[in-house]
Amino acid sequence: MSEQSRFHSTRDLPSAHLLGTGTPMCAGCGGLEGLHQVVDVLGSNTVFVNAAGCMTLLAVYPFTPFRGGWLYTAMASAPAGAQGVRDALDILKAKGQLPESEDMQVVVLTGDGSAYGMGLSATSGAIDRNLDFIYLCYDNEGYGNTGQQYSPATPHAALTSTSKGACGYPGFKKDLFSIWAANKPAYVATIIGAEPLDLARKVEKLRGMQGPRMLISLSPCPTGWDFDPRHTAEIGRLAVHTGVWPLKEYLDGQVVHTKVPKQRKPVEEYLKLQGRFRHLFEPQRDEAMIAQIQARVDAYWAGVQA
Amino acid sequence: MSRHLLTGNAAAAWGARLARADYVPAFPITPQTEIIEQIGKWIDRGEFAARMVTLDSEHSMLTAAGAAASTGVRVFTATSSQGLLYAMEMLYTVAGWRSPFVLVNVSRGLSAPITLEPDHNDILAARDSGFLQIHCASCQEVLDSTLIAYRLAEHDQVRLPAIVNLDGFYLSFTREPVSLPDAQQAAEFVGRFDAHNQGFHASAPLSQATAVLGGGPYSYFRYETHLAAEQALAVYDEVAGEFAERFGRRHDMLEAYRLDDAEYVFVMMGSFASKARAAVDSLRDAGWRIGLLRPRLLRPLPREQIRALLAGRAAVAVIDQNLSMGMGGVLHSEFAGALYGMADAPPVLASFVGGLGGRDIRQQEFFEMAEVLKQSAQSGSTPPPRLLYTQQELTQMRKLQAIAGLERQELTQGDRS
Repeated sequence: MSEQSRFHSTRDLPSAHLLGTGTPMCAGCGGLEGLHQVVDVLGSNTVFVNAAGCMTLLAVYPFTPFRGGWLYTAMASAPAGAQGVRDALDILKAKGQLPESEDMQVVVLTGDGSAYGMGLSATSGAIDRNLDFIYLCYDNEGYGNTGQQYSPATPHAALTSTSKGACGYPGFKKDLFSIWAANKPAYVATIIGAEPLDLARKVEKLRGMQGPRMLISLSPCPTGWDFDPRHTAEIGRLAVHTGVWPLKEYLDGQVVHTKVPKQRKPVEEYLKLQGRFRHLFEPQRDEAMIAQIQARVDAYWAGVQA
Repeated sequence: MSRHLLTGNAAAAWGARLARADYVPAFPITPQTEIIEQIGKWIDRGEFAARMVTLDSEHSMLTAAGAAASTGVRVFTATSSQGLLYAMEMLYTVAGWRSPFVLVNVSRGLSAPITLEPDHNDILAARDSGFLQIHCASCQEVLDSTLIAYRLAEHDQVRLPAIVNLDGFYLSFTREPVSLPDAQQAAEFVGRFDAHNQGFHASAPLSQATAVLGGGPYSYFRYETHLAAEQALAVYDEVAGEFAERFGRRHDMLEAYRLDDAEYVFVMMGSFASKARAAVDSLRDAGWRIGLLRPRLLRPLPREQIRALLAGRAAVAVIDQNLSMGMGGVLHSEFAGALYGMADAPPVLASFVGGLGGRDIRQQEFFEMAEVLKQSAQSGSTPPPRLLYTQQELTQMRKLQAIAGLERQELTQGDRS
């Protein structure tokens, strides 16, 4: 895909930053790191339709970091809000009441709690109707805004404020990418703020498309994952280099991995930096669980390379 | 103007069409479905230039409705009962967005037990949402109220969504003669949709529905919404007056039926009030001085008008087609609140609950309620609230319970054998 992109190296990435600063997001927020980069490539001619989550606090009256529009809806129905905005803009255009130059790109912005769970019905409906919109999910693997309770996006064994037992979260992270891809939308991709070139190329690509387009942005969360905010980028890179967070895209019926780690690092390098996995290393190493997590990642990539 | 036999549902659909709604987010639910089927048919035939989209739920439907109205188009939508409750979070939300659009609710009793027939617990659950509420008693009123509701919702001084309520089955599926205004006249009455300062345009970016921090800004916006709803009272008179002038039909916020010299008054909302109207006629024939007060506008509540119409009456019976568990009739408490402290308030304000899940209220029951009013007026004390139920109904219910018992016995024995 690099030959089609204007982003050949990090030097080509936008130098002008469109999102305002001074937001109330936590220091080292991986979600905000990703959002900044997405907005820089997408441009400011956007209406963000938001669901309840951390980023609802980006626009607190009378301030907003967005140069375009914003509409906060509710936790379950941001894609339905996008439907209403998109349809209304199209109706106004058809009636000659809105010139093409005044049209705006509609972007749903939600966390994983909404994208993986409560908002799935509204999301599914938007895909059924081939709604022309972009969905950006900042996935911090838990209900972060309420203090990191486990969500359908929480990985196996992670400690959260509702899975504090010795083994952490007993469930497994839901595969939202495949749920979207199974419904044949225009585009689905996983991204992460720590890989800006891959992120920019994907945003650039979906920008010119129509129909439902999804970006799932893994968002290292210092408060929820329990790590020092200065490690956000490093943890993000390790998520990719250990193979825990595969960077991929779905387009025209094909899933393509956009960054295959040549030599995958052991998952424990990713896990041990995070307090939510500390119980795997202290007071003694839980070899069985670390091996199980490693095996699951290995099995995924075995499927990819096959 | 032409006359047609229309169901309440068809009248609601005509309301949307004559108001020239641009956008119809939809989701089917009995007994509302005919409304969206009718609109869909017109759109397919090219007779109604709206865009209809079926959402995944009423929650999504209301979100899309509010979002579209806040983007700058005229929106119509409709639901009923469980659907209204499923959308409840968004009713409050879009009213807070100050999205002006019209929602038709076809009243139906709430689960559990699940049923299809009407009462007003669904619509009254939306009482405090910020939506204005107009309650209809005829198919003509459904059509006219929909047109009036757009004027009310979109008015400079109001800018709030409005619900037009009709009773499932009794109005939704009952054909009545309805005068259809000429399309041009209706369009002139409703006017063009004015988005005011709401919308999303590239050259004029806007943040809508942002969060607030602290009770100060929160209270400010909530008070503003309340004051806007109250302003709808004066606007209602203005709009209903213009409607009457243009179309010759007057729809006051309160219907006062044979109230002039009435000592006794029935208070009822919706289509069942026509049963009360018939009872008033019979009682008048028998020499009673009795009348009916039917609130059409419930939000905003026309408190002063209620006071003026009930001042000096001997006894009033509020007949609620709803039940607030552990409290009683909702309309009764609304009226008690409105009348409290008035020097010449009726000394007796009796409460009756009936018509739940479509249960009929028979003429005989109205006559007995009138008798209770007379006795209470004489004794000077308000009687305890009554839940209407006849001996015959209880006998029928006991039979069903006996059958249920036998069925269970048979099943258990079947398991053993």
